[in-house]
Amino acid sequence: MTRALARMAAWRLAFTVPLLLAVTLGMFALAKASPFDPVRQYLGDRAVITSPEVMAQIRENWGLDRPVAEQYLTWLGNLVQGDLGDSRSMHRPVIEVIGERLGWTLLAVSCALVLMLVASLAVGALAAWRRDSWLDRLITGTAYANEAAPVFWVALLVIWLFAVRLQWLPPGGLTDPAATTLQPGDVLQHMILPVAVLAFSQSSWLLLFVRESLIATLREDFVLGARARGLRERTVVVRHALRSALLPFITLLGARIPELVTGAILVETVFSWPGVASASVQAALAADFPLLAALTLLATLAVVAGNLLADTAYVIADPRVRVLGVS
Amino acid sequence: MAATFPTARRTAPGRSRRPSRWIAAGLLVALALAVLLVPAVVQLDQQLVDLRAANQAPSLAHPFGTDEVGRDVLLRVVYGLRVSLLIGLVAALVSVTVGTVAGLAAGTLGGTADRVIMRVVDGFNSVPHLLFGIFIVALFSPSATAVVVSVGLTHWTTAARIVRSEVLTLRARPFVDAAVSGGSGRLRIVRRHFLPHLLPHIALASVLMVPHAIWHETALSFLGLGLPPHLASLGNMINDGARSLLAGNWWASLFPGLFILVPTLAISVLVQYWRDRANPRWRSELQL
Repeated sequence: MTRALARMAAWRLAFTVPLLLAVTLGMFALAKASPFDPVRQYLGDRAVITSPEVMAQIRENWGLDRPVAEQYLTWLGNLVQGDLGDSRSMHRPVIEVIGERLGWTLLAVSCALVLMLVASLAVGALAAWRRDSWLDRLITGTAYANEAAPVFWVALLVIWLFAVRLQWLPPGGLTDPAATTLQPGDVLQHMILPVAVLAFSQSSWLLLFVRESLIATLREDFVLGARARGLRERTVVVRHALRSALLPFITLLGARIPELVTGAILVETVFSWPGVASASVQAALAADFPLLAALTLLATLAVVAGNLLADTAYVIADPRVRVLGVS
Repeated sequence: MAATFPTARRTAPGRSRRPSRWIAAGLLVALALAVLLVPAVVQLDQQLVDLRAANQAPSLAHPFGTDEVGRDVLLRVVYGLRVSLLIGLVAALVSVTVGTVAGLAAGTLGGTADRVIMRVVDGFNSVPHLLFGIFIVALFSPSATAVVVSVGLTHWTTAARIVRSEVLTLRARPFVDAAVSGGSGRLRIVRRHFLPHLLPHIALASVLMVPHAIWHETALSFLGLGLPPHLASLGNMINDGARSLLAGNWWASLFPGLFILVPTLAISVLVQYWRDRANPRWRSELQL
């Protein structure tokens, strides 16, 4: 098992390096093709009153007068050494911006993941168990509608209902505007809506998957056998059917990272959550290449790690792969 | 879960779902008619601002209410759907065309070309689509072209995978062997034998891509990175609506979103119906 795992991990890593190189090259090419002048972007309104000499000086300092290939290699060299450059919109080193925001994103996303898992397992199993009832129809109908509804729109409706109409929860941000320090209770209150919306938006596929998988499993002989032995319905569904229906879903989870990133970008933006995902939108609005490039690389790494996790889970969970090796 | 035999309990579970495809088709036709006919009858002044009529709740005069600068939400929603549909169609066509060419090349050429193309597909799939799209539009000024390019560049991989795997199964079929023995070249096999068989799959991929492309356009516009802000598009309208939301104005956000939700759902209902029909074995398994 360890050998199979090591081989697969090595293969993945061998693929990761050229992949990251290709992503950096693609981003750099796009940035070079962009009609925006990074110096003017950096100066903003001050570009009008800045003398051409000063602008030329900035250009020289940033190495923008060098050949394109040299610029790319310098940038890549800096990246490899851990120097991600300075964010032009936030006027700070990129590494500082990410360091400050990454924790908030991880907090919100991991809470949403746990909530999504628990909720879709429970609700999906309920729908499968009560298959074709009005409850099942309601659940699957909501899941399909949720699949089709843009998450930012759902987020807005949720804000309207819970923050504006009922005034139960704050509409966004990390803390109360009047607060001077970070209070856990305050942050928790601000977290509920974004985490719930993110979890809800990601739950449809899993819920429908659990339902389908469980319905198929409930037809299997061993379930019939369990029922024939007179076991309680709950024991049959939870202990026998659900357990074997869950096997494939572990591997699907790792492959869902891209959707999770997409959801995080939109949800963090709507709720003004100060994470890295909303920073990518702010960077994009300001055409802030260093920050946007760093965040894109970070997301790519997350996707690759997710795939690796999925494959690892697959190797561990499926005895055929474990014994016969990765095909 | 009584002792009755499952198939006897429900003779045709599909029956109860049948009306939904008529509703879906009806809704799509109604929306298509609205998008085609309304602009011919009522002109929309994209720049019009009427502050006296701002933030009015839905009424007979304005069935969907008015937004924060007094524009009629209903009329703008119809115009917005038109823009979004157009961009969605073009972007879907671009991505499916690129994907078909890539998938055909990979499946037909095989060997190194296949491996290289599939690694490129893996590479594109490793960057989250929305972030990639954001990256592209951020570096170019907000325009319909930037949105189409960004959706097309990020979504051709799905079609490429479908086409490649179909080509691989087609390659093993006897009539392809016969064509090769008869002296047909690669291009002729692709044109005469692969493409006709692939057409239903390509058509299905295109139909499924349209709502997805619309979703991307609206998401980018909502973030302020898509279409120019004054233009009535569904994403721009939800973005506008978000600003007056805290003042209790729900209609300016709700209705544009419904116009994304309804066509998307309708298309997925129809596609599902079509799949069930096209694959009787699957349908009979569903009825077990």
